[in-house]
Formats: sequence, C-alpha cells, structure tokens
Amino acid sequence: MKKQKIKPQILVFLVIVSVSLMINNNLIASDTSAQQKQQAKSVIQIWLWGGPSQNDTFDPKPDAGYDYCGPLSKSIPTNVPGIEINDSLQMLAKQADKFSIIRSMTHGIGAHETAAYYMQTGHKPGVGLVYPSLGAIVCLFRGYGKGYTGKIPPYIVLTTSQGRFSEEGFLGPGYKPFVTGGDPNQKVFAVEGIISRDVSDQMQVKRRELLKKIDTLGKSMPGCPDFELFNECEKEAYDLILGEPRKVFDLSQEPDTIRDRYGRNWFGQTCLVARRLVEIGVPYITINYPGWDTHKQHFQTMQRKLAEFDQGFSALLEDLSSRGLLDTTIIWCCGEFGRTPKIEWDPPWNGGRGHWGNCFSSVVAGGGFKGGCVVGKSDSKAEYVVERPVYPEDLLRSMLILLGINPDEQMPNDKGLDIKVMPYPDNYSGNGELKEIMEK
Amino acid sequence: MKGNNCCIGLKVYFSGFLAMIFLFPCFLSAQIIHPVVKPYEDEVWSTPLNLIDLQIAEILKKNGLKMRNPCSDSVFIRRVYLDVIGTLPKPEEIDDFMKDTKPDKRARLIDNLLEREEFALYWTMKWCDILRVKSEYPVNLWPNAVQAYYQWIYENIRKNQPYDIFVRELLTSSGSNFRVPAVNFYRAVQSKDSLSIAKAVALTFMGVRLEKMPENQQKNISLFFSLVTYKGTKEWKEEIVYSNPDTTKTIRAVLPDGRFREILPEQDPRCVFADWLISPYNEYFSKNIVNRIWAWLMGQGIISPVDDIYQKITDNNKNILGTLENELIKSNYDLKHIYRLILNSRTYQQSSILGEDKPDIFTQFAFYKVRQIDAEVLLDALCWISGRYEGYVSQIPEPYTFIPNTNRTITLADGSITSPFLMIFGRPSRDTGLESERNTSPTDKQRLYLLNSSDIQKKIKSSPVLKKAYQQVWKNKKESINLIYKIILSRFPTTEESSICEEFFTNSGLPADQSAMTIAWALINSKEFLYRH
Repeated sequence: MKKQKIKPQILVFLVIVSVSLMINNNLIASDTSAQQKQQAKSVIQIWLWGGPSQNDTFDPKPDAGYDYCGPLSKSIPTNVPGIEINDSLQMLAKQADKFSIIRSMTHGIGAHETAAYYMQTGHKPGVGLVYPSLGAIVCLFRGYGKGYTGKIPPYIVLTTSQGRFSEEGFLGPGYKPFVTGGDPNQKVFAVEGIISRDVSDQMQVKRRELLKKIDTLGKSMPGCPDFELFNECEKEAYDLILGEPRKVFDLSQEPDTIRDRYGRNWFGQTCLVARRLVEIGVPYITINYPGWDTHKQHFQTMQRKLAEFDQGFSALLEDLSSRGLLDTTIIWCCGEFGRTPKIEWDPPWNGGRGHWGNCFSSVVAGGGFKGGCVVGKSDSKAEYVVERPVYPEDLLRSMLILLGINPDEQMPNDKGLDIKVMPYPDNYSGNGELKEIMEK
Repeated sequence: MKGNNCCIGLKVYFSGFLAMIFLFPCFLSAQIIHPVVKPYEDEVWSTPLNLIDLQIAEILKKNGLKMRNPCSDSVFIRRVYLDVIGTLPKPEEIDDFMKDTKPDKRARLIDNLLEREEFALYWTMKWCDILRVKSEYPVNLWPNAVQAYYQWIYENIRKNQPYDIFVRELLTSSGSNFRVPAVNFYRAVQSKDSLSIAKAVALTFMGVRLEKMPENQQKNISLFFSLVTYKGTKEWKEEIVYSNPDTTKTIRAVLPDGRFREILPEQDPRCVFADWLISPYNEYFSKNIVNRIWAWLMGQGIISPVDDIYQKITDNNKNILGTLENELIKSNYDLKHIYRLILNSRTYQQSSILGEDKPDIFTQFAFYKVRQIDAEVLLDALCWISGRYEGYVSQIPEPYTFIPNTNRTITLADGSITSPFLMIFGRPSRDTGLESERNTSPTDKQRLYLLNSSDIQKKIKSSPVLKKAYQQVWKNKKESINLIYKIILSRFPTTEESSICEEFFTNSGLPADQSAMTIAWALINSKEFLYRH
C-alpha cells in the first residue's frame, strides 16, 4: 500500500477540529461530572391512588368558602416563609424545606385509567403503542445489566398492583414490577413468594431437597434449554427465599422509635420499607396507596387518611434526609388527578369530591429537586391553572434528567421500534422541565 | 442412541435413492430406535401412521432423523386434555382411559374431547387473544361489546362454523357493535385508519406482517378498507360500523397476488377483499390457519413465528403445509378435521423426551415440544386441585361485568379483567394480537410464587380434593401417595418415586399429613406438572 501524504491545509483544519472537540469534550465532561455528583440513584413514587383533593392538601384555599373547603378550611404556615399548606398536614409543614409543591399540574383527563396512564408514562392515551411507566424506564436504564446487581428486583411495588395499569408497556414482561403483597404493619411482612409465615428455613431446605429428588421429568432430559432456564430461575428464587437480601423486608430490625415515628399503620410502615429498599440501592419503588377516590364520605375519609399520610410521608423525608439519602433519592407524590374543588353536597354524594384533571398538586423532593419552592399557581378555588401549567411529561422528563437518563435518547427495545425515551409530543405547548426547582 | 448412529452410518453407505428405499420401511415398522424412558414412553405404537406421518417421515429422513418413541398412555391423556380442552383429566377419566384396552382408544378419546364444552371455551379464549378482545386501552372495545363479541366467537366455535364463513362474516358485517357482534373486529384495532385495519387483517388471517410487504401492496390492501366508517349512537359506547359508499367514485385496487379489482360505487370493497381472501388463489389464507393449529398443538409452527410467514414458504415446509391445506379445503374448512388429523398422528403422539440431546440438533418434527402450561389453564388446574374457585371482579365500569364465582379462568371474556397470577404467568395483554404476547418462558417471579406464596400454600393445605389423601396417610401411605400423584400428575408414581416419598415421610420430621402436603407441594412445583410434555 502506498502511504498518502496529507496536505498541510487539511492538517491545520484537523488540528483545529480536534482541539475544538477536546474543548467541547472537556466542557461536556465537566458538565456530566457535576451532574453525577448529585445524580439521583433511586425513586420513591408515592401514588395516591384514586386522586387526592388538592384543596385539602397542598393547595389550600381558605378564602374560597365552605362550599370549597368544607371542614378543612384552615391553612397553616410551614417552615418555609410564604408557603402555606392545609392544616391537615401539620407534620409535613415542618418539613417543607425538603420538598417542593407543584400547584399547576394539569392534563384535563377525568377517567382513572387514562389519567393514571398519562401521569405515569408521560404519554397521552391514544393510538398505537402502550408506553412503559417511569418505573419500567428506570428499570431499563438502571436495572440488571445497567449497574444494578442486587438480588431484590430493581422495580418494587408496595404492596398491591394498580390492576388496570400495565407498567411494563411495550418493553415486555421483563420490566414488570415485583409486587410484594403482604402488609408491613403485620408481625411478619409476608412478601409474596419471598417470606413465608408458615415454613421455617430448615423446612425450606428439606422441601427443596425433596423437589430435586422427585423431579423425574426434569432428570430425564437434562439437556433441555427450557428446563435449564427453569432451574436457573428456581435458583434465583431460592437465593431470595433463603438468602440475606430478604432481610430488607424485616422491619423487626428497626428500632421501635423509628417504627413509631413512621406510624404504626400500613402506609407508615410501607414508607419505612421503601427507605430500607433505597438503602440497599433498589432503583425504583412505587407505594400504591389506595383509598383517595372519595366521591362519598370524603371528609371522614380525609380526616383518617391525611393523618396517616402526614405522619408517614414526613417521617420518610426526615429519615432519608438525616441519613444523607435524600440527595440521591427522588420522591414524587401525587395521584392520577385531583378532585373537584366545589364540594358535591347533594345526594348521592352527600359531601364528596369528584375527579378533577384540570388542576391539581404534585409534590417532589430530593434527588436534585430543590426543597421549599412552589411551582405554578392555581386560581382562587384551585379549579384552574393560572400560572405555569405543568404537564405529566414535564414532571417525568425532569425526573429522568435528574437520574441521568436523557429523555430524548433512543429507547432500546426488542420490538425494533425507532423510538425515544420520553420525547415531547408534536403539538407540545408547555413550559418544559421543572428547571426552576432542579439543582444545576 | 446407538440406533441413531447406526442410521446415520447407513445413510453414508446407501446414499440417495438407495437410502430412501432402505430407510422408509425402517420408519414404517414399529422398530424403536431410542431407548424407552419410563414412565413417559411406550415400546410399541398402537397408533397407525396417518397422512401427516408420511409427510413428516420424508422430512425426517432427509435430515437423517428418527421420530421419538410413542408417548405412554398416561402422558397422552394429560397432553391431549391440556392441548385440546385446556383442562386436567380427572382421576376417574384417567381410570377409564387406562382400563380401555382397545387399540383405537386414543382416537376415541380425541373424538370425545373435540365435542366437549371445554373445547369451545378453551379455543374461544385463544381466538379472543388473536382478535384482541378487551374492554380497555389500547383496544377499547368496552364491556358490552366485549360480551357480545365473546359470545359470537364462542357460538361460532361451538357449532364448528366453517372457517371461511367465520372469517368472511368478521370482515364484511355492518351494524351496531352490540347487535352485530362481528363488527367488533373493526373496533378491536389500535387505530381505526385503513392501513391499521389492513395490518390487523393481514396479521390475523394471512399470518403476514403487512409492513414487510412492498409499500405499494400495503396501500392497495388498505384501499379495500378505506370506506370503513364508525358512527356513535345515543347508547353509551354503542358504535355502528359500516362501509360508507362514495357514490361517485370507483375504487381501483390491486390484490396482494397482483389481480386487479375495480370496485363500483354500489359495492362494499370489504366484500371484494374477503372473497379473495378466502379463495384458493390466496396463498396465505389456509396456510395461516393450518400452520397456527399445528403450532397450538405441537408447540411450534411449521413456519415460525406463525404470524410472520410472509415469504417463508420453502421446499421443506411446502408439502406438509400443502397436505394440511388440501384437507382443510376438502373438508369444507372444518377446523376440527385438522385438529383430528394432527392429534391422531404419530408425530403428535411421539414422546417429548430428548434425553441429553439438545433440541437444536433435531428438526422440530422429531419430538413433541415441551412448553409451560398457559397461565389461565395452569390457574384452573391449581383451582381444581385446591377445590376453590379464583373468583374475578371487574374494575371496569359501564356496565360492571358480573362474573359468577364458579367461572373458570379460561372463560374470562375480557382481556382487561385480570389478576396478579395471570400477569406473572404470562397471559397475553391482547394489545396487538401477536402470538408472542403470551409469555411461556419461566421467570424468577413465577418460581417464587409457586414455591413460596401464601396463595399456593393455602391452596394445597385446605384442598378438599387432596383432603382424602391427607386423611388416608395415617392408614396407608402408599395409597395416599398414589392418589396425590394421580390428582396432580395424572399417573401413578414409579417405584423409585414411591420410595423417595416413603423416605420423606420417615425423615421429614413432620406429621404424616403435613408430609403428604409437602409431597403435593413438590409435585405442583415439578416440571412434569408445569409443562405440557
């Protein structure tokens, strides 16, 4: 082969290009390292399933009158000057410096399943594909094969699934969350499949030996690849049933003071489990907190639920923060929508609130979100957004960015789809990600 | 394995035509090549060779392969029950079959199963997967239409409607989605434009991904659905589907086989397409359905995947597909005839045992493919063993679907009504109609659930069906073990298995009834229970 001489002009050009590339690279490198320093590692999604009232929680309107406030007509100052929340959230008021409130969430949808889909996938329900939830996306970019090696599955749902929502979307069954079942407020948190109340470890070992001996078909075709995969899965299962990792679900390891601080009820203890999962590096945890669809018995329900919610959520913020975990853990808390600001006093509701997707609140904390801020503004009754509408995709994209996942990059998938992680829709007219509360 | 080597050796000596003459009688005789594995295999065939076997013999011969041994009667009854009616055989049904000594008993059992109520129920479930019957996102049929559509599909399968008529009605009906259920075919698509409809039609009835066809052809097929129109009524979620004629325009479209059609304004283009679709000119219509039935029964299509057969017809599969297609057309599109043909073949009735051989060195026809039981069938089997019904509740309003507590899982009409079990075990979501939506690979979560969940624990412990075995254990351990085996694995234990169980009674340190429960647990977790084999 003949050696080719490079012309001097080209050489100069190449030098300029490479130098500028180096500078650019440096800039990018320093940029990402800054990001990595405070990059979020885990997400706790507190899903207020059914849709909680914005008026009765984070967007109180005490001046709107009894038809809008009912008995929950007071607001209280928080530890952040200028921010008030509903009087029903006394303990959270003392933690307001740790979280920010978005008071202008909106999507206009009034049906549970479509609103839940939009809020958790960032895609309007429509034609074509079923998109994966934020949890499934995080699982794709931060789960097995992407740095996570824990035995506990990377995407956990505490404690029951949402039923009508398929979290994995087109990503397929590998990205479905592990749903724990059980109740952490019981003596034993019987995580379905992992922790059995009735079978001792010693008996588990004996059972496993018997199973191995009795597996006549399996033994007669040792080369079968299907069976080999089956055996692998069984080994993984036993690593959980008999191994150390399951201890993460054992709340008896926590001091009583801590357990009491979270509240001795399902929600409180579930928050505590979520903290323990974050500690061992589980990237995504959803707390499915049902019971917020309060068409009837609204205020009776709120009185009971808000006390639990206030205690558990505030404990989680305080605890994560004191352990230095809040900087790397995003908490986002909201339902699929809010509730009608005007109370429905007439029968059959007798003092209830209906579905409301035009304006509602969402709370974010940690993982690079600033605390002590309010984003957006609702009108005098919390019926409509008056300032900075925040759409589900704005919120979800913000979280992805804090996790170091570029929402505009290609989404790997086995369907051969040419698709981005979470692009803005074509007709998007919002204000973009929540830069105002994201630490640089 | 020795026999196998011998055959390969022979092939070297007697190449070409000579080998064919020599080997063919070898296949025809009941000579056994593979060592017999008990309790899964028999020494001798009582099933005669049929039309299919002759075709398969040729394919195997070309590849220097032998069919496996005949599966034993206990394997057969379980296999054919699960494959044909999605149901485990009951102990008394097993007894009757095992006692029968007539050589045609397998053929009679097949005939009997094809007429069972569960046949219609199980295959309605399969068709609902393909036709995407679900009330919610992304299909959005809504509960009323789901019920109407489900009933219509069920009736067609129950009366064994000729397949061509079934398909034509699906494609050419007009009217309300509540009153003319077949129109729901056009509603159960993710997007109601003509290209999406054409995609669904090609996928469902031709086994072809439209996007793999040349763009020009895609456009032409879409033209036949370009007049499909949807109109709401004052009834909640009622929709009229019809072909809205454009009275001035003549549509000129080319069929996938290149034939040209001029559709006059008074014609419904859907009918023109449907008539072509079900005609013998269409090389995909009958191939698609016989290939699918083959896959449903044998675990793998002659062409795979079954919903992507475009341009995959080769010399190797042409003959066997052709034989089945001829039979289908000759029988006037009687699908049960195809079931019967496959089920009565030795190809279907051969063993699944591969020993240490890897299946990849065999072609797909030289064994029965093991695969996990469908989620719905598995849950029904567990429910039957545990003597308690699962019970389903619909969360989908307007109107809420009432599901009687005693309904089996395979009868769930609505793909949107589900349970954690069904999701873990891979029930299809019915979003796309692709067969690959059903996940039959084992997962960690499935193993955790069966090994250690409170649900399974409870099912085993409080089962009135197994109770007899738990009680008997104090008097006669052997009888108790026999009964547990028959209920769960549809057979008696081997001597070796009996002694493993006896030993467990002695060494487990558990009271006898709890030992029996643990044995039941182990069998439910065995591959033999969880797989069709």
